[in-house]
Amino acid sequence: MYFYIFKRLTLMIPTLLGAAALVFFLMRLIPGDICTLRLATGGGSINPGVVKACRLELGMDQPILLQFWLFIKGLITFDFGRSMWTGRPIVDEVALRFQLSLQVAIMATITAILIAIPLGTISAVKQNTWVDYLVRAFSIAGVAMPSFWLGILIILAILITSKALFGSPWMPPIKYVPLWVDPVYNLSMLIWPALATGYRYSAVATRMTRSAMLEVLREDYVRTARAKGVFRSLIVRRHALRNALLPVVTIIGIEFAFLMGGLVVTEQVFNLNGLGKLFVESVSNQDYTMTQALVMLVVTIFAFTNLIVDVIYAWLDPRIRYSR
Amino acid sequence: MATISHPGDEAALGEAPLRPSRWQLLGRFCAQNPLGAGGGLVVLVMMVMAIFAEEMTRFDPTANNFGDMLTAPNLEYWLGTDQFGRDLYTRIVFGARTALLVGFVSAFAGATIGLILGVASAYFGGLFDLIFQRVMDVVMAFPLVILALAVVSIFGTGAQNVIVAITIPFIPRCARVVRSSALAVRETPFIDAARACGFSHTRIVLRHMVPNVMAPYIVMMTAAVGQAILIEASLSFLGLGVQEPTPAWGLMLRGGAQEYAESAPWVAIYPGIAISLAVFGFNLFGDALRDWLDPKLKV
Repeated sequence: MYFYIFKRLTLMIPTLLGAAALVFFLMRLIPGDICTLRLATGGGSINPGVVKACRLELGMDQPILLQFWLFIKGLITFDFGRSMWTGRPIVDEVALRFQLSLQVAIMATITAILIAIPLGTISAVKQNTWVDYLVRAFSIAGVAMPSFWLGILIILAILITSKALFGSPWMPPIKYVPLWVDPVYNLSMLIWPALATGYRYSAVATRMTRSAMLEVLREDYVRTARAKGVFRSLIVRRHALRNALLPVVTIIGIEFAFLMGGLVVTEQVFNLNGLGKLFVESVSNQDYTMTQALVMLVVTIFAFTNLIVDVIYAWLDPRIRYSR
Repeated sequence: MATISHPGDEAALGEAPLRPSRWQLLGRFCAQNPLGAGGGLVVLVMMVMAIFAEEMTRFDPTANNFGDMLTAPNLEYWLGTDQFGRDLYTRIVFGARTALLVGFVSAFAGATIGLILGVASAYFGGLFDLIFQRVMDVVMAFPLVILALAVVSIFGTGAQNVIVAITIPFIPRCARVVRSSALAVRETPFIDAARACGFSHTRIVLRHMVPNVMAPYIVMMTAAVGQAILIEASLSFLGLGVQEPTPAWGLMLRGGAQEYAESAPWVAIYPGIAISLAVFGFNLFGDALRDWLDPKLKV
């Protein structure tokens, strides 16, 4: 097991290096750079001398391979430098937004689990009844509905109901306050994006729960348990569900890994100042250092989540042994 | 010419298990998969909308009409108008063209490149396979929106570049699935036989391996169309995809839809229904196709 984890961690190095190279060169392929962009937004005519000074200051006059080496060296030593656009340390800028995005991601995951596991189980136990059809339609709709549209609908529903109830429309707050400072305020802001993302996320997990449950319910040991007179509900909860949850854990983990990079659209709809928004801003500002750091953050989370999922899988199911 | 004839021969011929005609096959598919057939119908309707868009509406999808801004649905404007006075029904019909173009082209391109790379990776194995797998890992882990942002910033916005941005992340997903099927095919004796005959690698890959992994390829491709439509809508919504005034569903939800959501909810509702229905249709159709072609395949 330890050897397996060690091997996976070693395999992660080329992936991370590849992602680093990809983002580094991709960003530099974009025509123009931050210096001309900054001066152009400043309004005045572009003075070649000022552009040159700006490039010198940001270290963009150095040979490209040297710049790449400095970037990799920074990654290894956890020195991400400063944002080229704001000049503030990247760690501070990211930490500010990471909290919000992570909270939405975790809340969306909880929403997804709360929806997926009961619904998937009921759907499998009552296979081919109207309950099953209803659950399946609900989950297929979840995959088909774009989460940004669901977000718009939620906002619309909030506006209409609040207007009907209080007379004036109420909107969720915009400014982020950490959960431990003001839980009510925080939740009233973040519950909506979490619902919009969580519903879509739950759809895949519901289908997985259902098919895994169906498989397990046909196993011999379930029949044996039934034959010795165990209550059906107890069989479902204790015998079937525990075994059926294995693939569900995997799918939830994989989806979570994608979620961190995929919140961009939801954050746009709800006007949240999270990682996604920072991403879009930093690419359009051609903020090389910030974009690179963000990509590395998301890719690292992705890689580690996948590893953790595989390890949890082996831990939950003793039948699985990672030999090599 | 019938030289020997027995009584009841004709009846026996009638009973003989003939190869079912295409229509019979289609009928059987629909009877076995009512949901899949429903999905197929949605797909068909979308295709008709995309091909005959001009004939299906009286309005120009891009012409502004400031006299009729944000009109509620009525007999003239079936689904109402947007903030520029453009008929929503017309824009949704024309939007099907954009969605299908992006959906089909990027699904086809992504699945086909994935097919060739996946089969080649399984066939050659060794170092090539190892390096290829690592490259695919990188592309899989790379956030899609960032890739799209970069593609759009480098090449500019527009349908072709959206297709490029959507195709790239599809390649590794399809290559993974195809590779695992191709690994099994590689071990079969006919590949050894082909190699013993002295056929070139290209010939073995294209003539002997590729036809045997068609089922996962087709399944991945159908699954990808719905995904591609959804991603195109998301990118257009973010302003990274198709640009105004091109009619596209995601774009219709951008800007105006949120601003006027309260006073003119139809602007925000109908394009979303179009996206959901299209993806719904393609997903149902793809699921049925998977059950039919390759029940064991997990995508």
